[in-house]
Amino acid sequence: MLFDKFKEMAAFQSELAQRGVTPFGAVTEEIISATEGVVQGRRVILAGTNNYLGLSFDPRCIAAAQAAAARWGTGTTGSRLANGSFAEHQALEEEIAAFYGVGQAIVFSTGYAATMGMCSTLAGPGDVILLDADSHASIYTGVKLSGAEVIRFKHSNPDDLAKRMRRLGERASQALIIAEGIYSMLGDVAPLQEIAAVKREYGGYLLVDEAHSMGALGATGRGAAQAAGVEADVDFTVGTFSKSLGAIGGFCVSPHAELQTIRYCISAYIFTASSSPSVIASTREALRIIRSEPQLRERLWDNARRLYDGLKELGLPVGPSASPVVAVELADRAQTINCWEALLDAGVYVNLVVPPASPSTNFLLRNSVSAAHSSEQIDRIIAAYASLLDAGLLRPVAAA
Amino acid sequence: MTDYQEYLGFIYSVLETQNKKHVALSENTDLVADIGLSSLEVMEFIEKIEDHFDISIPLNILPDVNTIGELAHKVHELNL
Repeated sequence: MLFDKFKEMAAFQSELAQRGVTPFGAVTEEIISATEGVVQGRRVILAGTNNYLGLSFDPRCIAAAQAAAARWGTGTTGSRLANGSFAEHQALEEEIAAFYGVGQAIVFSTGYAATMGMCSTLAGPGDVILLDADSHASIYTGVKLSGAEVIRFKHSNPDDLAKRMRRLGERASQALIIAEGIYSMLGDVAPLQEIAAVKREYGGYLLVDEAHSMGALGATGRGAAQAAGVEADVDFTVGTFSKSLGAIGGFCVSPHAELQTIRYCISAYIFTASSSPSVIASTREALRIIRSEPQLRERLWDNARRLYDGLKELGLPVGPSASPVVAVELADRAQTINCWEALLDAGVYVNLVVPPASPSTNFLLRNSVSAAHSSEQIDRIIAAYASLLDAGLLRPVAAA
Repeated sequence: MTDYQEYLGFIYSVLETQNKKHVALSENTDLVADIGLSSLEVMEFIEKIEDHFDISIPLNILPDVNTIGELAHKVHELNL
């Protein structure tokens, strides 16, 4: 039967519905600010929105979007290759290339399209792709579509990457290596210095997805490669406008002039409508803010450390170091769902993550921090977790 | 050059440790349906084969592999 393969998912949805819980697609009925909203009738602190710099409610970004909608209309109604390339799109491409200090840029309609589009197009039949085992679904989908030979290396393990490059022999010099900056589920930062060193030893091309690290890492917010001092080794940087920049869309930047030819070969770029002018305008303004207000990054990291330290002191199973993404990792599904629901009742919205979205068989209560959170809000998030411990829904696993 | 039987033998030896249902292993044993390996366990199992024989097994072959015999054949073909 066509629908048989969905039975397991249907059973899980039914289980959640019987319990009256809707962790996936929980409806936000009202947005009060970048960090507060009304979700399923409860006023909550938003701690699972990837709104790292809180710019979705910046008045300058809103004003730019409003002015662009009035000037250019609500949508382009066409692809970038047809009627959908407005001066705004071209300006953003020039600005994002300048931000990264490279010559070439492509702007996509979503971050998913950017990553999937580049990964499906750069390498093709006869080529080899080596990707980190914990890569995002957009990368996995892209490489699958590429027709290239696809080899995984162990997550953030440069030795395993080097071993696999060695096994490729002469083919290594043309291989495409794919890594991320900050991994989205656990918030860990890729060892890009070591990965870049492998590339220097064996050759190949390096693509880094900075979706969760742009705006969060690096001296000027360019991401993990900038923070690691290896931008010269990166051939392609992909990223999104939907996190630190508070809008939607994606990009690829590169020092390779060939990117302008590749542009005309990417289905995810050609066969979809371009971003609405209002989205492009707010993104341009947000990019300007990132460049001119490094204090936003400092505030993000202050909040990240405050949340991470607070949850760690409670003895919760968090990752090895502070990050804008702080995940509490649990083995039991029912327990994780109960905790998610109790957090919502306590006034905190976080992401519930289940395998295969999580990188192991574990379940996650995934928190993402924003520069717009106040210290008091971070403390309320920590207090909500403490209430889970008090209620016996969670147990400390580590000494405080 | 590693032959088919050598790949098969190593696959059996690795699976003995993951064969929680104690299924009798043969070339026709299905890795997921019979042994019950999860997708994560399949990847861990593949990594053990890769490290033992110092090879990389592309993800592309996995959709065509269901049984122990199919895996041994595919790996053997790749490394001829």
